[in-house]
Amino acid sequence: MIALADGASSSPLHFVEYFLDHRSEDLGLLWSHTWLSVVPVIVGLLIALPLGWVARRHRWTYPPIMSITGVLYTIPSIALFVLVPPLLGLDTLDPLQVPIALTVYSVALLVRVVADGLASVPEETTQAATAMGFRPLERFFKVELPIAVPVIAAGLRVAVVSNVSIVAVAGTIGLSNLGQLFTQGFQLSTPDAYYPPIVLGIVLCVLLAVVLDSAVVLLNRVLTPWRRAVRT
Amino acid sequence: MIGDVFTWLTDWSHWTDTRFDTGIITQLLAHIRFCAMALAIAMVIALPLGLFIGHTNRGRWLVGAANALRALPTVGVLVLLTVIISPQFQGRTDTGFLIPTVIVLVLLAVPPILANTFAGVQNVDPGVRDAASGMGMTGPQVLFRVELPISLPLIFSGVRSAALQLIATATVASYLPLGGLGRFIYDGLAQQDYPQMIGGGVLVAALALLTDLVLSTVQRYVVSRGITGRYSTKQVGAPDPRLAVVTEAEGARA
Repeated sequence: MIALADGASSSPLHFVEYFLDHRSEDLGLLWSHTWLSVVPVIVGLLIALPLGWVARRHRWTYPPIMSITGVLYTIPSIALFVLVPPLLGLDTLDPLQVPIALTVYSVALLVRVVADGLASVPEETTQAATAMGFRPLERFFKVELPIAVPVIAAGLRVAVVSNVSIVAVAGTIGLSNLGQLFTQGFQLSTPDAYYPPIVLGIVLCVLLAVVLDSAVVLLNRVLTPWRRAVRT
Repeated sequence: MIGDVFTWLTDWSHWTDTRFDTGIITQLLAHIRFCAMALAIAMVIALPLGLFIGHTNRGRWLVGAANALRALPTVGVLVLLTVIISPQFQGRTDTGFLIPTVIVLVLLAVPPILANTFAGVQNVDPGVRDAASGMGMTGPQVLFRVELPISLPLIFSGVRSAALQLIATATVASYLPLGGLGRFIYDGLAQQDYPQMIGGGVLVAALALLTDLVLSTVQRYVVSRGITGRYSTKQVGAPDPRLAVVTEAEGARA
């Protein structure tokens, strides 16, 4: 808990002062929030790539894979957080419960994106690659995957931005991340409203979402130089 | 642990209200009540607006603006509005928490419905639209008899994704002192009564899955078979809620 500094203003605009007063703690929250928003998406993508490939390669697996991931994506985040430990046999309040739940969401979202991205590769292109002597695995990494990058990147943007918001929900069950600022603000708001930590939390979350979203957009541009060449 | 959760869920005394505790049935009804309220308000706002923007192609920036709202962390906005609004209702039971919660829920539900309604109308084949006017249909007739039925699948997927977000966020609202199924999760956590906490999670997940099932069933009967291509035997799967999220390009989930 943070003690209120003497004479600290409760105006919403004083979130900058609040940040400077508790810099090291707030930066720690921002760092763990960033980590929790990014790593599950990367792990999720690594799991979704082979699954999406299977769903595309063996058509009969597409409907069951999509229904299962659809059901997982339907479960509200807070419920998934508390359900992960008993289902996986972890301790209740295991530090891994939130990263695992977030990874599940990312997989659920990205499997479809990967499968649809691979489906967007023109048939002639794969045939041409085969004719040029690419083996299946080589063709996947050197031809199909690069062509699917824009579609996958669009899915990654959704995954990353929604993760930032879901991680804040994890703050309400006691994880230390930017969600804690909301809890602090709420507790400090009796009897009178005390806005700075709440506003600071919202501002940092939005900034983080914008930065991560732009990073994916940039990555997409770097990975698909041929698209720029066509446009100019 | 799973056995304890099962015991907690099957104990009838947890389902009914007692002198000290509010039971599952009451909390479930409270949960459904404010989700339904928010969904109704959001549909009244977003459906006409989305149809109007899609039909006239005016005010597209509104769709973009609504989508940008989704980068906001839901919990933060919920706490902020509660802190602003609840002091105005001091001493009056739940109202001070109920109003900000419903506002946040409406803010959450509008973007997916608006974006999907807009996208649905926009994506109608221009040839179909031209044919309709060529047959002498007036603007409103084209909108309601052609564009609306054709966009129904996308509109439904927007409503479904909105409903799921509402159920999820209404759960988090129990983190403020407000009723709903989230009570069991947060109270269980605070009292280290983990069967109660996990039981609450099971209930929330079940409510979300059932709601999606009900809405997808409604969709089957409301959407014209000429659009889904679902004649007697061949059937095309209902759009999945994730589709809404992806088609909207940017999204946040609580």
